Amino acid sequence: MRRITRIATVGIASAALALSATACGGKKSSDASASPSESGQKSAAIAYDIGGRGDQSFNDAAYAGLKKAETDLKIKGAEAEPTDGEGEADKVQRLTELARKGNNPVIGVGFAYAPAIKKVAPKFPNTTFGIIDDTSVTGDNIANLVFNEEQGSYLAGVAAAKASKTGTVGFIGGVEVPLIKKFEAGFTQGVKDTNPNAKVLSQYLTQPPNFDGFAKPDLGKAAAQGQLDAGADVVYAAAGLAGSGAIEAASAKGKWAIGVDSDQYNQAGLAKYKDSILTSVTKDVSDSVFNLIKSVEDGKPTIGEIRYGLDKDGVGLADSNPKYKEMADVIAAVEKAKADIIAKKITVKTAP
Amino acid sequence: MKKFDKDRLILGFAGPVLALVSAFLLTMIVLAATGIDPIEPLRLMVENASYEDVQILIVNQAGTYYLAALAVAIGFRMNLFNIGVDGQYRLAAMLSAVVGAAVTLPGPLHLLLIVLVAMFVGAFWSGIAGVLKAKRGVSEVVSTIMLNAIATSLIAWLMLTKNLGVQIEGSNDLTTGDIAESGWFPAVSLGDGLELYGFTFVAFALGIVYWFALNRTRFGFDLRATGASESAAQASGVDAKKMIITSMLISGAVAGLAGMPQLLGETHTYNLAFPVGVGFTGITIALLGRNSPVGMLFAAFLMAFIDKASASLDQNGYAKEIGTIMKGLIVIAVVVSYELVRRYGIRRQQQKVGEELAAGHAMKTEKEVAA
Repeated sequence: MRRITRIATVGIASAALALSATACGGKKSSDASASPSESGQKSAAIAYDIGGRGDQSFNDAAYAGLKKAETDLKIKGAEAEPTDGEGEADKVQRLTELARKGNNPVIGVGFAYAPAIKKVAPKFPNTTFGIIDDTSVTGDNIANLVFNEEQGSYLAGVAAAKASKTGTVGFIGGVEVPLIKKFEAGFTQGVKDTNPNAKVLSQYLTQPPNFDGFAKPDLGKAAAQGQLDAGADVVYAAAGLAGSGAIEAASAKGKWAIGVDSDQYNQAGLAKYKDSILTSVTKDVSDSVFNLIKSVEDGKPTIGEIRYGLDKDGVGLADSNPKYKEMADVIAAVEKAKADIIAKKITVKTAP
Repeated sequence: MKKFDKDRLILGFAGPVLALVSAFLLTMIVLAATGIDPIEPLRLMVENASYEDVQILIVNQAGTYYLAALAVAIGFRMNLFNIGVDGQYRLAAMLSAVVGAAVTLPGPLHLLLIVLVAMFVGAFWSGIAGVLKAKRGVSEVVSTIMLNAIATSLIAWLMLTKNLGVQIEGSNDLTTGDIAESGWFPAVSLGDGLELYGFTFVAFALGIVYWFALNRTRFGFDLRATGASESAAQASGVDAKKMIITSMLISGAVAGLAGMPQLLGETHTYNLAFPVGVGFTGITIALLGRNSPVGMLFAAFLMAFIDKASASLDQNGYAKEIGTIMKGLIVIAVVVSYELVRRYGIRRQQQKVGEELAAGHAMKTEKEVAA
């Protein structure tokens, strides 16, 4: 008796499940809202990486590019953020929804979008898809926006070695992934080429699949404190939002921090600590996003690999901090290294 | 067989219903208190869930969650708190992906091998906690949490390109290599690229197996008996230590399966973006569903609904973290309301027994007077 009712319940539940999945079908989430193209206004979309908008770093740089496109090109910008612990299907869903709503281009911020773009791009041949930090997915409508992070980090290494008094500098990587290792490789090489006796303390905040190292400032703060206690007086954090904790720690001790991705001296969220931000390794995600949107608006989308290096100012070192501008010897060394890299006299390693 | 116990049924439903209603009300209060329209986000979530593509996401996610919840529930029935489901699931998914990519076998065999490896790895990882508990009395709560952390580091190390990881040219991602198509679980295609993972159905079928094994087998009886009272079970001839290890092994094997819908249906490789936290959601679901196969099914759908329906809230100008708040409040509300309902149930039972005794006594005295 009891058994039968239980089995019946299970049966009803699964039948209801099947019904809900098929019967009322046909309607898609993106069918609901009127597509922007109908309202006559063109629009572009970006889908953020872990941390989302407000990370004062990588994602915010992409947002800045979209913002610029909104004002300069009079287009409408759409954004979408990821959820913690989501799977590939969720990314596919997000890109599909953005594309179906008529956004063009649709840009995935971060390499994690690569498998999703591979699945979605062929379904929307008239939409341009951009992906930042990845060249493994290619197609007739895919633009790969990549950067020579190691070159910018090399310059940071030169600046750090020159600015350091103790001869010890710190590197903090957000999550131990190949991308961040490029930052570490460039930085270490820059330090060693400038001062062979200098010591580089290297630390990663978390190991994948734990991406807290890009998201939790307290982790960056603790790691930076450890390195400062060990004698480092310049700390370079390539850790997204977590890097702001490292900047805070360096500022509290009156030491130097080097920012990443955005020019963090000018980030409103870090204004309190900006005097301690020696410089930032900029990665011109914002321009790359803007350029792609502009090329689509002009009717000539730039497809394929678009590499931003030191030569095109796609990566570089910010000089917004007046105190940095006063350090003539540091600037001279950085400029020389920059010229050497562009002239290919120095080749920067991409892996430590 | 048994009289249909209406009271028990009502009390059984009262807990979850009370929890959900109060959690939703609390969410609305939180929204209102922060100056956000309390109704609109919830309405948008319901609207989102009426779309076909979101429904598929919900069903697929529910399958994964259901497996994780079953793994947790097996432990719970035995009075073991397996917090390590997340680590077991990730390690199992990773190693089975490695094996799956390394070999090519005819379809069903390839799938079977991947699934077996996943179960074995999951069981091995939870078995460590089981053995520690049985032989050394180490609390499984502590050991499984630590094993989660160890699994994270172990995976990170194994995923290095010098070990088992593969970095595709031009990609910044690390994978374990692609599994050949013979190792993809057939999916139910609903057109337009929408697919229900085939393994989702395996997940729901396992719910029936779980119910049968626990309620209709000698093993299930031993397990529940040991969970209720270890010493009493021991006295009646159950080897409690063996039960601890066995149930941890089974719990881990099921946890290992939790990664299969995603691995065999979607990614076909383990990469850096493989979802985390599934095991912890499983704990919530097992609690909410009170370890019952049907209850957990509903709970799994509820959690998947909150996840997927809240995902696009930010495009309508609301924070998607509303979903996270909701999940958190549900957990608190579940704990509180189940305790309230339990106390009410006990009081009610005492009252009833008291009334029946009093009535019996009255009848007796009446008889005596008559005599």
